[in-house]
Amino acid sequence: MVAVLIKIFGTENIELAEDVVQDALVSALETWKYRGMPDNPRAWLYRTARNKAIDIIRRKKHSKTIDFSDPERKLLTSEYTLASTMNDFWKEQHIQDDFLAMMYACCHPDISQENQITFILKSLCGFSTKEVAKSFLTTEDTISKRLYRTKEYFRKHKIRPSIPFPKEIGTRTSVVLSAIYLMFNEGYNSTHDDQLIRKDLISQAMWLCKSLLDSERTQLPEVYALMALMCFHAARIDSRITEEGALILLADQDRSIWNTELIALGSKYLNQAAFGDTLTTYHLEAAIAYQHCTASSYDATNWKEILRYYDLLLKIDNDPIVFLNRCLVLLELNGPEEALFMIQEIKDHKILNKYYLYHAILGEIHERLIQPDEAIKSYKLAIELTQSKSEKKLLSRKIAHILN
Amino acid sequence: MKEFLMLIRGGQEKYNSASPNNMQKHMEHWQQWMGSLAQEDKLVGGQPLINEGNTMTEGGKKVTDRPFAEGKELVGGYLLIKADSLAQATEIAKDCPSFEYDCSVEVREIAPMG
Repeated sequence: MVAVLIKIFGTENIELAEDVVQDALVSALETWKYRGMPDNPRAWLYRTARNKAIDIIRRKKHSKTIDFSDPERKLLTSEYTLASTMNDFWKEQHIQDDFLAMMYACCHPDISQENQITFILKSLCGFSTKEVAKSFLTTEDTISKRLYRTKEYFRKHKIRPSIPFPKEIGTRTSVVLSAIYLMFNEGYNSTHDDQLIRKDLISQAMWLCKSLLDSERTQLPEVYALMALMCFHAARIDSRITEEGALILLADQDRSIWNTELIALGSKYLNQAAFGDTLTTYHLEAAIAYQHCTASSYDATNWKEILRYYDLLLKIDNDPIVFLNRCLVLLELNGPEEALFMIQEIKDHKILNKYYLYHAILGEIHERLIQPDEAIKSYKLAIELTQSKSEKKLLSRKIAHILN
Repeated sequence: MKEFLMLIRGGQEKYNSASPNNMQKHMEHWQQWMGSLAQEDKLVGGQPLINEGNTMTEGGKKVTDRPFAEGKELVGGYLLIKADSLAQATEIAKDCPSFEYDCSVEVREIAPMG
């Protein structure tokens, strides 16, 4: 609803759009309290918002708030065409398009990824500023500032939400996908929250991706691949933490509680991702996740196949984190000596040296090589570097395990 | 580009007795016509008018609570458009949807003063 209203009033008037939605919801609550819920609450809300928008247009017709120079908006200024132009904005097909268009506007390449996600959560997912602040474990003030900056950017550059042309849809979609994936990861492995898993963020990310898949123009292979990837990851959510909120490693997870429906859904999406000749990191990550999800036990995991995917991943993007994860696969497939040899290749990497997982994996390798002192040293360093309480607990358990 | 005023007269009576379906169709024609003018950046503005009104005469002293014109002479709406010449503005006016209801359209150029 906000997306439609932003289309009507322009990105420079986002507050106005939010106010109308707020007003419509308040009227709904007041009216429904006495007359009961209407048969089609959605249509009722849309109609109410539409009427409020008409009031605002009539009131602001001669003010400079709304830019009526746009041909589509020009028709809103005349009573000859106001009502039917307004009705056009609220057609089902347009509502869906506006939603996607707003998603692309939020993910404008010039807007920082943090601000992109903040704005998506606020304007498209209906999060309050407080909820967004909670998602990022920051203050409402910071979030307000981020929102303000994005709104200013829209205003200054007169960004018009639109679904990109086929020529550029690939590059623009990749920015949208990485925002969605980042949101998912924040939910899946919360970096700065007491809660390790945040299902609200996970479901929002999946919902956003699904809405891309619902429109023909944005049904790209990489979108299917990301959707598959998220399904596979989400299928394992419940087995990842104990009731007390402690982390459970893949090897120790109860595979019987993995969500088979989500795994099946993920497989379906992965098949759909296979058309065309696009091979993205999402395809490969999904393929890896698929291998994990379909292995009957940790030992039965097809590490060989997984290693092959990691090799392909490194070919697309020489990402040190991927390299690090590949070391883990080598550890399982070829043993700790080879893993140690490989991981030493990146021991001087600046970012990795500050990344807890690097030290955690190094600790694991040393543990397997029965070098307890080295292992404990690495685990301790990893504990210092992670902010997640669950990760800290898990690593402390590993140290305790060696000492016993 | 010059600006022109279109005064649309008459047609209200016939329109008011049209079926809801035909009224709807008529508004769609307006939508299409004005939409294409807006697309070509020729539309400045315009509004339909309500029949009731006041007419002042005798230096504003006398107020008659209706427009002087009757029926087909009554101004029912106006449009401000951009065009290169009176001829072009006239061509545009020929497509006015209200001709369906027997209106007349007067096209006048906005006079630059001073």
